[in-house]
Amino acid sequence: MAKINPPVDVVLVGLGWTNSIMGMELTEEGLSVLALERGEDRDTVPDFSYPKMADELTYGVRLKLMQQPAKSTLTVRHGLGDMAVPYRTLGSFLPGDGVGGAGVHWNGHTWRPQPQELRLKSYVEENFGADIIPDEMTIQDYGVSYEELEPFFDYFEKVAGISGKAGNLNGELQEGGNPFEGWRSNEYPMPPLARTHNDTLFADMARDQGLHPFPLPAGNASEAYTNPYGMQLGPCNFCGFCERYGCMNYSKSSPQTCILGALKRRENFSYQANSEVLRVELDSDGKKATGVTYIDSEGDEIFQPADLVVLGTFSLNNVHLMLISGIGTPYDPVSGEGVVGKNYAYQMNGGSTLYFKDKEFNPFIGAGANGEIINDFGVEQIDFAQEGFIGGSYINAAMTNGQPIRNMPLRSGAPSWGAGWKQAVQETYGHTMTIGSHGSNMAYRDCYLDLDPNYTDDHGRPLMRMTFDWKANDVRMTQFMKQKIDTLSKALGPDDYKLSFKDFDSHYDVRPYQTTHNVGGAIMGSDPSSSALNRYLQSWDVHNVFVMGANAFPQNLQYNPTGLVGALTYWAAKAIREQYLPNPGPLVQA
Amino acid sequence: MMIHRQWRQGLAGIGLLSAAAQGMAFDQTEIERGEYLSRAGDCVACHTAPGGEPFAGGQAIESPFGEIFSTNITPDPDTGIGNYTRDEFAAALRDGVRNDGKKLYPAMPYPSYSLIIDDDIDALYAYFMEGVAPVSNQPESTDLSFPFNQRWGIGIWNWFFTSSEPFTPSNDRSDELNRGAYLVQGLGHCGSCHTPRGLFFQEKAMNGEGRDFLRGETLEGWYAPNLRGRGNQRHPLQRWSEEDIVAYLETGRNDYSAVAGEMAPVVAYSTSHLDEADLYAIASYLKSLPAGKGDEAPYDEQADEQTQAMLTHADVDGNTGARLYLDNCNACHFANGKGASQVFPSLEGSSLVNAEDPTGIIRVILSGARMPSTEKRPEALAMPDFAWRLSDDEVADVANFVRNAWGNEGGEVSAGQVAGVRDKLPEDRLSSEPTYID
Repeated sequence: MAKINPPVDVVLVGLGWTNSIMGMELTEEGLSVLALERGEDRDTVPDFSYPKMADELTYGVRLKLMQQPAKSTLTVRHGLGDMAVPYRTLGSFLPGDGVGGAGVHWNGHTWRPQPQELRLKSYVEENFGADIIPDEMTIQDYGVSYEELEPFFDYFEKVAGISGKAGNLNGELQEGGNPFEGWRSNEYPMPPLARTHNDTLFADMARDQGLHPFPLPAGNASEAYTNPYGMQLGPCNFCGFCERYGCMNYSKSSPQTCILGALKRRENFSYQANSEVLRVELDSDGKKATGVTYIDSEGDEIFQPADLVVLGTFSLNNVHLMLISGIGTPYDPVSGEGVVGKNYAYQMNGGSTLYFKDKEFNPFIGAGANGEIINDFGVEQIDFAQEGFIGGSYINAAMTNGQPIRNMPLRSGAPSWGAGWKQAVQETYGHTMTIGSHGSNMAYRDCYLDLDPNYTDDHGRPLMRMTFDWKANDVRMTQFMKQKIDTLSKALGPDDYKLSFKDFDSHYDVRPYQTTHNVGGAIMGSDPSSSALNRYLQSWDVHNVFVMGANAFPQNLQYNPTGLVGALTYWAAKAIREQYLPNPGPLVQA
Repeated sequence: MMIHRQWRQGLAGIGLLSAAAQGMAFDQTEIERGEYLSRAGDCVACHTAPGGEPFAGGQAIESPFGEIFSTNITPDPDTGIGNYTRDEFAAALRDGVRNDGKKLYPAMPYPSYSLIIDDDIDALYAYFMEGVAPVSNQPESTDLSFPFNQRWGIGIWNWFFTSSEPFTPSNDRSDELNRGAYLVQGLGHCGSCHTPRGLFFQEKAMNGEGRDFLRGETLEGWYAPNLRGRGNQRHPLQRWSEEDIVAYLETGRNDYSAVAGEMAPVVAYSTSHLDEADLYAIASYLKSLPAGKGDEAPYDEQADEQTQAMLTHADVDGNTGARLYLDNCNACHFANGKGASQVFPSLEGSSLVNAEDPTGIIRVILSGARMPSTEKRPEALAMPDFAWRLSDDEVADVANFVRNAWGNEGGEVSAGQVAGVRDKLPEDRLSSEPTYID
């Protein structure tokens, strides 16, 4: 029999971006809020201190800040007929671990979706006809509009402290910003980061081509900044240790730098690290959560009663917890029935590496969200009927670091070992820049998450199983971007360049790092038969469970997810505060 | 300067009985006003032991004569001040006399508190009788060696060095300046740390009429800087605006500096809780005090630019201190030494960096520093420790560099001084040393 804690009003599962926000919002209501974080407690000093963070081997290669597969992982397969095997070595994606979650080790790319991406299915049907949607593609609308979310994007950008340049202020296009973005009510809280050489080269070339370059919206502070909570960021010094690292300089937007110091002052808030929630407990008819069961740092199993449960762990783990706890009906890819696990999607990326004999880029002067972007080939800019795919990309010239182990780009044909390799590295280091495509990924009937029938974790729970592979629609999208990037690369006049894009023979490979933008699996929507969460991220089935994170995306954006994740969390928090607390129950009638 | 001493007589009537004995009930707003005043007086800082109940005493206060233990000032009748009448309470605050007639050591800042006006004594009394929970705790008694254990001697000291006149506003200055003077000289007892001490450990001046008042003093190796703010020199308070002073007191940080050392808890427990009108009053009063002779430290623009150019071009061959600065400090404090507004303190013109006694700067380099978390600026921004990374020679090199860069004028630091400070670092301090390196 598990030990039982005194009840709290709210238990937050996980303490990264989303539940740090929830902690602020719900403690303001006077509720007692307890956060349970399975990883360790972490703070800027001492955990991310200079100079120990600038250690590529420990953090960049051995991934000390990430979830360790030996403790927690999932299985992966390509298709329904395959046997899934465990993801034993981190590669393709890197779920974070510990207080701050992935908000500690991200790069800080902070986007809003284009407005039509939030109603993608309707947009496609209205503009190109339902018949261009392939049979197996299961895209949906989010059930919430850009207009509704705008104030929440705005507020999250203020809390996170984003450096950038607006392209569309209340409908008025702005010089130097992204003319293809949705309208925004305010300029970014800070001006863009200083430009690096690659940024300038790319921007000048793009303008010459009639394109519209703008600085990447950065969760890296361009100057000293104080957010609405009084939390502070110091100016980013372009140290080049951003993604995979905690920021040593209070410069990267993270729960630690932007929220937690303020949250920890609240007397009605508490948190416990090293406390892993195993499942959400439901009452006898399964309609209401009674709390959560977790294992504390001593290894004791404890029941924590609560009136409200907010799942705010990494998207994959949120889905796993729902499947384990029996919240909602598991998705069945054969019948198409059920919702939990449905529409898992990823990100379709590609890129070009350009070598210039006579140009020096000083790549060690890098920031996680340094970069120049064009969005001329975004989701809203492409004629899907004409091009034969649904989706889009932003194209970036980013320079984040010059770390010596993993950032040794080589010219095509250079040997990969020995004296020849050394020679090639010497010639190439500091003389390359990249142009990348960061693209959408649609949802498909047979790309989904469920419980693995064979493998269990160290608590005896079935591992989650990911079934996923690349589909022709998305390969056509990335091949389209390949042509564009080929043209852009040539226009820069490099001595050599090489392109790397998925093609029709490509299968999903978990080994090389691609991105940690794993989305879907517990998606939001307007209909309980096709979504696990309603438009307020509330479980359709268990009304006192809310689920925050990119698991809510019905398919993936062309952008990095954090901006939308933050906005959706504030949107859900407002609904909880104003609608749910006065009258607990389903916020949308099924 | 001799001050006539007026002995206070217990008044007949209500004042003779303690609040507890009378079962008095104070007005809630009076209790709250008393709580606020206790913040202004920072009573909790000295009267709370580490990890102890608030106001239950037992905190050891270092003095040149030995450790003095603070008393229990909760309303517990046996171990605290529950039996104090209003006037006995007033006598303790203003005259340093306990209700058994014994004299308090002037670690209790009664020479400053003597300025507290009657109204405020009443409010403080209300708070300490009814706003504070009684705690039964008998703190360790103070046991100084001869002759300092002879408390009667304090009477003579008092006769020479203290006054018992409550504050009277001056018609020559604004209400705001009077309020500021009252808070600074009285409850705030700023002079306890910031005014130089004389031969008998007395503060050399108790108010702005004395030119030594708040002129800076070194305590426990920390330099409590010169707070006289009128002038155009480089000393921090001369350079700071009233807004800068208010930000510092309210949040522990401003565009130039961040609080470290003994002042950090003062901001955390006292000044960050004061309302802005009072903080502006304090600031305007400090800005009204003219800098004294010998306090000149003109800003040296040329020296500032020279250092910036050297660091910007990494032209540090043969200059170990400058190289160590680039490798260890530059990431936050930058080549201009000015850091970033409210986040990374400026080293240029910093009182900590330029202090005559380098103990403070050595301690910060060795063990790091952390700003207090305050309501308006909740993040306890921290500098990591470098004790695990830099040798005594290296710390001396980098300290010598910053003490003479950008026009700074700090004296020489030796490796021996660094070793001395290192020996005294607490063992249980938080360290950023990587633990995964075997």
